[in-house]
Formats: sequence, C-alpha cells, structure tokens
Amino acid sequence: MSKARQSTLRTSLVHVALIAYTLVALFPVFLTIINSFKSKQAIFGQPLRLPGPSTFSLIGYETVLKQGDFVTYFQNSTVVTVVSIFLVLLFGAMAAFALSEYRFRGNTLMGLYLAIGIMIPIRLGTVALLQGMVASGLVNTLTSLVLVYTAQGLPLAIFILSEFMRTVSDDLKNAGRIDGLSEYAIFFRLVLPLVRPAMATVAVFTMIPIWNDLWFPLILAPGESTKTVTLGAQLFIGQFVTNWNAVLAALSLAIFPVLVLYVIFSRQLIRGITSGAVK
Amino acid sequence: MGSLELRNIRKSFGAQEVLKGIDLQVKDGEFVIFVGPSGCGKSTLLRSIAGLEDVTSGAVLINGEDVTVTPPAKRGIAMVFQTYALYPHLSVRDNMALGLKQAGTPTDEINTRVAAATEMLSLEPYLKRRPAELSGGQRQRVAIGRALVREPELFLFDEPLSNLDAALRVQTRVEIARLHRQLGATMIYVTHDQVEAMTLADRIVVLNGGVIEQIGSPMELYNRPANLFVAGFIGSPQMNFVEAARIGEAGVTIGIRPEHLSVSPAEGRFKGKVIHAEHLGADTNLYLETETAGLITVRLFGEHRYAADDVVHATPDPTKIHRFDEKGRSIVA
Repeated sequence: MSKARQSTLRTSLVHVALIAYTLVALFPVFLTIINSFKSKQAIFGQPLRLPGPSTFSLIGYETVLKQGDFVTYFQNSTVVTVVSIFLVLLFGAMAAFALSEYRFRGNTLMGLYLAIGIMIPIRLGTVALLQGMVASGLVNTLTSLVLVYTAQGLPLAIFILSEFMRTVSDDLKNAGRIDGLSEYAIFFRLVLPLVRPAMATVAVFTMIPIWNDLWFPLILAPGESTKTVTLGAQLFIGQFVTNWNAVLAALSLAIFPVLVLYVIFSRQLIRGITSGAVK
Repeated sequence: MGSLELRNIRKSFGAQEVLKGIDLQVKDGEFVIFVGPSGCGKSTLLRSIAGLEDVTSGAVLINGEDVTVTPPAKRGIAMVFQTYALYPHLSVRDNMALGLKQAGTPTDEINTRVAAATEMLSLEPYLKRRPAELSGGQRQRVAIGRALVREPELFLFDEPLSNLDAALRVQTRVEIARLHRQLGATMIYVTHDQVEAMTLADRIVVLNGGVIEQIGSPMELYNRPANLFVAGFIGSPQMNFVEAARIGEAGVTIGIRPEHLSVSPAEGRFKGKVIHAEHLGADTNLYLETETAGLITVRLFGEHRYAADDVVHATPDPTKIHRFDEKGRSIVA
C-alpha cells in the first residue's frame, strides 16, 4: 500500500477491525472443529478448551462413519451442488448474454421478470413444487433437488452476469463476427473467459445455500439413497437426546468439500487474465 | 475487385433516424474517409457496410453483388477497430490466423499469409506474445495484420488511431498510407480527425446529422466547400464567417480562412485589437476583435511579434473569399 496516502494509524485501525471480524466469523467454525475431537463429557465440561490427551476422542467420527451411509450423503451433496452450479452458470450466462447483447422487444421486461426471483423466496412455492415433483414422479431423486436449486440460483446469476457482460467490449464481439465466429463461439470463446471473475462470484453465491440447505432435501428427497449431508447429520439430533459428538463431526466433515470448491473458484476470482484485452 | 456501392441507406434506432438516405460509390483501390462530428452517423454507416448493423432500408453492394443481408464474415471485408479488439486469450499469431481457420483455409495457406503480414508490419518478435504483453502501437499493428491476412475486398477502419498518442498516431498514419499504396486495396476509414482525413484520403465524405454534406478530394473540400458546414469543418483553425451586409459584400455570409488574411499594423480592411496570440513556432494565430467583422482568427506563417492589446489591420485575399447564400450553400462566382 502506498505510504503517501495511508497513515500508519489508519492502516492499523483498519487491520484491527478486519482481524476482529475474521475472529468473530471463524470462531464458530473453530469451536465446531475442536469439539468434534473431544469426548462428550469434555464438550459439555470445557467447551472452549482444546482437545488434550485426556479429552481427545474420535468417537464422533467413528459414529458418523459407522452409522448411516455418510459416503453416499457426501456424494449426493456434491452431485447436487456441482450439477446445480453448472446449470446455473450455463443458463444464467446464456440468458445474461442474450439480455445484454441483443436488442429485442420486451428486453427490459424480460430482464425484470428474470430478476424478480431474487426478491421472492422460492420456499413460498414449496407445496406447489412438491405437488409438481409428485406428479412427475421425481420425489426422492437428486434431479428434483437440482431442478429446484437451478431455479433458485438463476435470478441472481442473470442479474450479476448481465451487468458484467455489458462491460465486454462490443468491438471484440464484432471482431469475432467478422472473423466468422458463430454467436455461440463468441459467447463461449470470447465473452465467457472475460467474465470469469463474475462467474466465480456467482458460483460461490450459488453454492453455499445449496450445500447448507436442509429444507428441500427434507421435503423432496428424504429417502436414504438421496439424503444430503445436512439432512444426514439430523440423524444424530433427537428430540430428547442429541449425539453432539456425531453432529459436530459430521459438520466438520461437511465443511471440507465446500472449502475445496471455494478455493477453486476464488483462484478464478483473483486471476486477472483479462487485463489488456482492449485499450 | 473491391468496389462498393451504397444505395439510399437508411437506418433508424427506434424513432430516431440516424442515416437519412446515403448514396455513395467507391471505386476499386480508392481510399475513402468518412468524417463528421460525433453522432453524425459515420460509425453506424461503417458498421452497416460491415454487416454488423442491419440497415432499415437501402442496399449495400460489394463488387456489384448485393450483400445487404449477407453475414459479415462472408462479405469479403476486414475491419480494424478503435479499441484494437484483439482476442485476449490468443497469441498474436493465433489472433491473425483465427478468421482463416474459421473459414477452413488450409494450414499452408494460413502460414504463408500470416508470414506475409508479419513481414509487412514487422511483427516478427511478437508472434508468440499475448495482446496484454504489447504496447498500444503494437496492438494496433496486430489488429491491422489480422485484417491483412483475410486478403479482403474492402478494408474498414473505425477510428483506428484514436487511442494512440500523438507521435504514434503520425507513425501509424504513414504506415496505413504505405499499406494502401502497396496493396492497392479499397479502404474505407472513419475518423473525426480532419488531419487524418486530409492526409490519407483520395476522397472525403463529410457527414452531418445522417446526411452527406459533400464528397470530394481533400483539396476540393478545402478550396470549394459546398456549404457552411463543410467550410467550417474542414480547415484548422476554423474558417471565419462574417455577415456579408456588415462588410458590404454580396451574398448572405462571407467565409474567409484564417490563413488567407494578412495583417499589418498600419493599414488594412478590418481594424481590430488582438485579444489573444498563440505562438506555435511555425505558425502564429491571432484572435482579433474587429470593428466591422466581429471576432476573427488570423493564421500567420512563421514567427510574429504581436501581443494582446496590439491594434492591427487585417486584409483578406480577395481571390480566396467564399460566399454563401441564405440556405448556407456556396455561391459559385
């Protein structure tokens, strides 16, 4: 940071605030992870203490891996999340390209219609969705979840991506047209690489609510073979007795896949391949 | 090969008509420049020729063939853009080769053509680089190279020099002139810079508000402007316009170019006070507040020792006075 524009005091204040926020944000995650490695007594006795020789226990992880089919749950969560992100990005980007690139009657109305989903919670339509899924025989399939999540993610994706696509130089697209690229080639080979940072943003925003969702898996796909991780972890939460070791262990495990996906996308966010494309 | 004909081109965006019936014929090998102020429709016209914009009515003919509804890639054109518009993720070589690959040209042919363009524009050292690793001038040369390899009937330039700095602009201008001589290709060039227009063009098309004001060679436009607009647009500093009645001349408006006025401290036709003097070394521009003719600009060649508040007399060269009628049209003596 430039020394001429930043006083040491101001810089350190900013850092203090940021570090404090980081600690607040990470504290629950930290608590979950350390307690997942402790015995039940230690969790309740000294919840803030790090696991020591006397309190260390892998009983939570053992329970998780023995009871229930967590490998399948993880697989289900991953499949649903990855496929939904892919579809949201593909259709979202295509719709955004059409809205930002082509002049047609009703363009603005169409944009508004597609963006209105940001404001209306999809859960309001749960009953209708369930009826629809029952009618089409999709209950207890991952397809039902993918369909719902794709619909849920599209409005925000279209909204963000169409703003970004407006910034892609018209000259570049026209150069492609003169070189004989089809509209699809222009979209996939010229525009998409340039809006990659925006795509990564959308992917992250889309991914986290899907991975953490409990509502739709519970309603649309509660069957053993289609359970997701968050639904699977509910196995250990009872009305009267809760197996906290197992719950914490399941949650700790559930953090990692999403963390890996996040790292992949955030690298895209940072990489600046687009600089110097025009001007 | 390489002729262009525009027949009554009209283009509207919604209710707004941007091009109001453009007719133009460009012969093979000609260098034609569209000039005009911002928003006069010159870029829209170029994009209509390229096929990037559909015309509302009228026809575009390239080599006598109607291409009004032909896609851009099949019109036999190549275009150079103001923002270069290079593909950021491709190397210089691939940037030039992409269009040919897309058209299914055999690899040998692509290599020969890219090599020829590289040689012509001295791009040898940069072939493997990405556009981001090149300077503005180099990028524009690559963009020109990408146009060259297509071996088009028609080159289209959309303000190609606007993003370059002054020195590079002159250099690239010379390069484009040299390319035109070497290739003998037909070129259509859009600019708002009249120096580019005057120095490069065989013929200049002056556009204003979606209509053609005048078509002619640079010297025709300079010496015989058809109307007030062209007279004011071509030439720098701008032509002086004086109400004819005020100075007892025929016609409605009198136009005198700043370089066709001479100045003397002692006597002359318009007595006035210098309100500002610009000393450019080769030229001296004087802004005079005169008693009879109002505010006029005088361009003197070489250095002169005039300063603000000097009282001087300006006299026009009587053979180089332009007269305009009440509709702004030139009156031919």
